[in-house]
Amino acid sequence: MEYRTVLTTCTYCGCGCGLYLEVMDGRLVGTIPCKTNPVNEGKLCVKGWNVHEFVQSPKRLTRPLLRKNRELTPVSWDEALDFTAARLREIKEAHGSDSIAFLASAKVTNEENYLIQKFARAAVGTNNVDHCARL
Amino acid sequence: MTNSIGELEDADCIVVIGSNTTSSHPLVATRIFRAKQKGAKVVVADPRRIQLVHKADLHVQHNLGTDVALINGIMHVILARGWHNQAFVDERTEGFEEFRKVMEQYTPERVSEITGVSVDDICTIADWYAHARAGSLVYCMGITQHTTGVDNVKSLANLSMLTGHIGRESTGVNPLRGQNNVQGACDMGGLPNVYPGYQAVNVPANQEKFEAAWNGKLSDKVGLTIPGMLEGLAEGSVRALFVVGENPMMSDPDIHHVEKALRNAELLVVQDIFLTPTTAFAHVVLPGASFAEKDGTFTNTERRVQRVRRAIAPVGESRADWEIIQDLSNRFGYPMEYDSPAAILEEVSRLTPSYGGITFERLEGDGLCWPCPTPDHPGTKFLHQGRFSRGLGLFHAIEYKPPAEVVDADYPFWLTTGRIHVHYHTGTMTRNSPSLEKEMPEGFLEMNPEDALALGVKRGDAVKVASRRGEMVIRVDVTTRIRRGTVFVPFHFIESCANILTNPAYDPIAKIPEYKVCAVALQKAA
Repeated sequence: MEYRTVLTTCTYCGCGCGLYLEVMDGRLVGTIPCKTNPVNEGKLCVKGWNVHEFVQSPKRLTRPLLRKNRELTPVSWDEALDFTAARLREIKEAHGSDSIAFLASAKVTNEENYLIQKFARAAVGTNNVDHCARL
Repeated sequence: MTNSIGELEDADCIVVIGSNTTSSHPLVATRIFRAKQKGAKVVVADPRRIQLVHKADLHVQHNLGTDVALINGIMHVILARGWHNQAFVDERTEGFEEFRKVMEQYTPERVSEITGVSVDDICTIADWYAHARAGSLVYCMGITQHTTGVDNVKSLANLSMLTGHIGRESTGVNPLRGQNNVQGACDMGGLPNVYPGYQAVNVPANQEKFEAAWNGKLSDKVGLTIPGMLEGLAEGSVRALFVVGENPMMSDPDIHHVEKALRNAELLVVQDIFLTPTTAFAHVVLPGASFAEKDGTFTNTERRVQRVRRAIAPVGESRADWEIIQDLSNRFGYPMEYDSPAAILEEVSRLTPSYGGITFERLEGDGLCWPCPTPDHPGTKFLHQGRFSRGLGLFHAIEYKPPAEVVDADYPFWLTTGRIHVHYHTGTMTRNSPSLEKEMPEGFLEMNPEDALALGVKRGDAVKVASRRGEMVIRVDVTTRIRRGTVFVPFHFIESCANILTNPAYDPIAKIPEYKVCAVALQKAA
């Protein structure tokens, strides 16, 4: 049996509580609050205590999906990304960069948000980038 | 937040307005409780009798959408009694005279009529806040999600400047940000008008800087906000929408309108960790990895940048979102070659002055609050010490405006929406968390006992709620948490989706929807 804890930051609200994810044999089994984190000082709310639960839900998306004959159908990463890149290029050529819009995300990391807006601005050529800051 | 979370416990007067802190930011609420234990006066201004009210010294239930009037009334009293901080006003602000003239019209009597708050209570809040050593304002979406959202925020800024309650330890204006990384998404340029670090896209020097860094031509045209994108999809000027980790089919106002827009997309790509109501319309769904499966950083509501660390491998064939975007970009024809999130953050630091001194190594321990411009900078605990970002603080003379939709004979009840403690946003995560879902598996509508009696419904009965946008059926919770004539619905539940009802009327500047006020009709469901 391999057991370890990994220090990270809660993914629910804007408090940003520090917590340890408990990992046993490669699976998340629990959450422990971090006592030294300046925000939560060893406390968590009910959502934080259970933040590991949704991660391994059987409903998680595990494969890329492409709509074929009206149905979302599992495909390879190559097929999904080649299709997406080709369609984005076609739409950009036919209707211009500003016919494409991006929603970045308050749920993903800073580094990922940076890349999303860089892709929109530098690759596609549009400032149509927003996210749910107002929602 | 102008202050850090921990500082709140040393404020001696905290005014919480439009924040259900114990539900939505529990670990901020802890600090308010501690402040109370240390003797602080706590005022809650909220249309509902939220949990925090039980610890408050004063609770006022102002009518929905009357925040500007209430705040102006408080400022009228402070000015009339000479309780304002003239030295601070003289040294640190401008626009005071024009502001004072408008405030003169907001007598407590007139404000009481608009807001439903008693003259005595308005005077008490003015007294406590103005005479505090360290006054702190705490607000959330109850202030911002209005057609007057910007006016509401500016009014709170006026109040803090008028009393000099800004720019010191435990003293300031503290908006609580709702999503774990909404601060970071804004900081990183996830907005249509700015590059990372709030550098405007239409300033030529900024454009040149990023063109050089990113090796390509950039547009100087400010982009579309979400409502503009949906409008563009509906009328055909926008053809493709790429959505990462969002669920507009539940989170945006007037869902029927959102559906029309999304159905019209030639290409809808959704990158998420679960199927959602939005993926139902997608042409491509890309499985991202959750926070537990990747490295990176989040920035919390107090501007603290903290590490996210990979605990397990991505589930199934899912991939970290940064890897997906990088792979897509390479296939699109724009090369990206980052070997890790740390390498991306290095580029962010080079281009974003407020993140200039932030690296993965320096985030070990407590993280860092921006601005942190250089490698030896300790980070910034509270903002606006000695000087505001623009130099002098600007008073805005703001008049009260009613909400976009008000009750009438056809739609006689006020509806307001919000969160509950066990669920989060559109429920994509919490409703897939068995322990949380078990606590509250179904939405509900809060109704005052007198209204329930008049409608002939009791707790657990189903009612039909209708607005001008749509209707739905939901069970009733009869409670004095809500006042007569107003009802509340949480927006987490697709089965009773509050945003079928909400009004897509937006603040003209911030484009934030008026989720907190609309008019509905109620009847007992058959």
